[in-house]
Amino acid sequence: MSHVRRPAPRELQPISFAFSPENMEKAQKIIAKYPEGRQQSAVMPLLDLAQRQTEGNWVPTVAMDYIADLLEMPAIRVYEVATFYTMYNLSPVGKNFIQVCTTTPCWLRGSSDVVKACKDNLGIGIGETTEDGQFTLIEVECLGACVNAPMMQVNDDYYEDLTADSTKAILDALKRGETPKAGPQSGRKGCEPIDGPKVLKAYCGCDAKGEEA
Amino acid sequence: MLQDKDRIFTNLYGYQDFGLKAAQKRGNWDGTKALLDKGRDWIISEMKSSGLRGRGGAGFPTGLKWSFMPKESDGRPSYLVVNADEGEPGTCKDREIMRNDPHTLVEGCLLASFAMGAHAAYIYIRGEFYNEASNLQQAIDQAYEAGLIGKNACGSGWDFDLYLHLGAGAYICGEETALIESLEGKKGQPRLKPPFPANAGLYGCPTTVNNVESIAVVPEILRRGGSWFTSFGRENNHGTKLFGISGHVNQPCTVEEAMSIPLRELIEKHCGGVRGGWDNLLAVIPGGSSVPLLTKDVCDTVLMDFDALREVGSGLGTAAVIVMDKSTDIVYAIARLSEFYKHESCGQCTPCREGTGWMMRMMQRMVRGEATLEEIDLLWEVTKQVEGHTICALGDAAAWPIQGLIRNFRPEMERRIKEYRARIAA
Repeated sequence: MSHVRRPAPRELQPISFAFSPENMEKAQKIIAKYPEGRQQSAVMPLLDLAQRQTEGNWVPTVAMDYIADLLEMPAIRVYEVATFYTMYNLSPVGKNFIQVCTTTPCWLRGSSDVVKACKDNLGIGIGETTEDGQFTLIEVECLGACVNAPMMQVNDDYYEDLTADSTKAILDALKRGETPKAGPQSGRKGCEPIDGPKVLKAYCGCDAKGEEA
Repeated sequence: MLQDKDRIFTNLYGYQDFGLKAAQKRGNWDGTKALLDKGRDWIISEMKSSGLRGRGGAGFPTGLKWSFMPKESDGRPSYLVVNADEGEPGTCKDREIMRNDPHTLVEGCLLASFAMGAHAAYIYIRGEFYNEASNLQQAIDQAYEAGLIGKNACGSGWDFDLYLHLGAGAYICGEETALIESLEGKKGQPRLKPPFPANAGLYGCPTTVNNVESIAVVPEILRRGGSWFTSFGRENNHGTKLFGISGHVNQPCTVEEAMSIPLRELIEKHCGGVRGGWDNLLAVIPGGSSVPLLTKDVCDTVLMDFDALREVGSGLGTAAVIVMDKSTDIVYAIARLSEFYKHESCGQCTPCREGTGWMMRMMQRMVRGEATLEEIDLLWEVTKQVEGHTICALGDAAAWPIQGLIRNFRPEMERRIKEYRARIAA
């Protein structure tokens, strides 16, 4: 598998980009977090902001140029950053960006079933987008929710403790335009054991069985 | 078993609100000004006496690290940078701190920064943790509004600013100098050391980079005293620690326990045991994907601390315990990690950039047995060519899991090769 990341072909690239007034305000607040003369530090958050503003959730080359001007840095330095970090999409993705973790801890708990459920349910392969532009499916490396494996990220939200069935249920809900409840799909709240907390019960409002009082 | 009264992260499971009021009820921000009033030297000496070793993987003594920062400024500001770029496969402990107990971290940032003479700190959190970052930002905002940080923090006379910075999906930024590069707005490629960050780190200024958990335990250590922390765990391995147990256990979970807890006790008391019983255990990766795996006979008795795990040829790392039962395709499990390191290599050093690809491709063939017996030795040789020949430890981290596999599961690798060769001969 190739991990070379290049900007989208020219025919996909828009001809202009500018932050909306609201995002420009956000951008100025972000720049103010860093010492004077160190505004280049804002390049990553601004690329993220540009991605969120762009239809198709991606970073066009003109947006990189725009940010380079805004931060008074060479455009090539922005291209370097945008192509280095994998969370910047260099071409448009679906409205629901499905990222399934398949690294070893998730694989041990059945991430292959989750991938298969996604492929079957959406009718697309890894790296593909559905024809209606609603879903893009990719595999990603460890997302740091290993005790809640297997898991996937849909846009900003984590869906954890997945099975093939719960994965399909989530995708079906997304197709209906709903936002399914994020987090573990197994009934637990977070990273406590599935049968309920074994420790810190007094802090969890639980009786001995771990059920909420 | 550690008692609840000695647990630092009492809202680990998020049953209570993460906000300031609830956090104060749990004991956060209690007497912070009095701790600051005791002065920088007292804080650093208390941290040294607590025996806290860095919780991000390397286990370097935290108090000692802080003491490397300049006592007097030469005109340059000092910085604390918190490494919240949690991404080591198996590791998901800092996430729980940031989303459920963020005030432990915010208060820790103030105390640590004050001790190091830093008026500003940056928390670098991985970009995928969008909701965790949102909770943490709210906690920071609440602390500002309550006057706990900002100008004259806690009424101590010390000005302190705390900023959150989101990454964008690069594991390598968990390496401290790559993280600094990234925070400066560049590709996350590690720097040569020396100079060490304490001399020239963020923006060329004195900087200390600490893991989230290392900083979040500071307030409680200072409140209760270093000797309280040393009352847990063996000599040189003191304290309480968050353990995340994933993989083939009946109930995967994260739990705060005393250091030096036996691995078997950790799994059986907190996780309902190995799936199918202890005898169904094949292997454990005890400290995140970078450390070599342990076979069952070692797991029977090994203690979960820095020294005990080093003695058996592995490491505590981030205390992310990945459990694999006998149904596991162990060669694939490690091959998948090789794929991870190939994906995450930053491309700066040739042995790692090329070596991770080599190792991944050889491992993928090993899964199918599509190799010759001699190639196992060749693979070993390649890992030795990568290990120790790169700027940062990612090369080592890519090599060690494979070395652990060859050391412990060579017969399984040979069996696959022989079967494959028999198949193609027929």
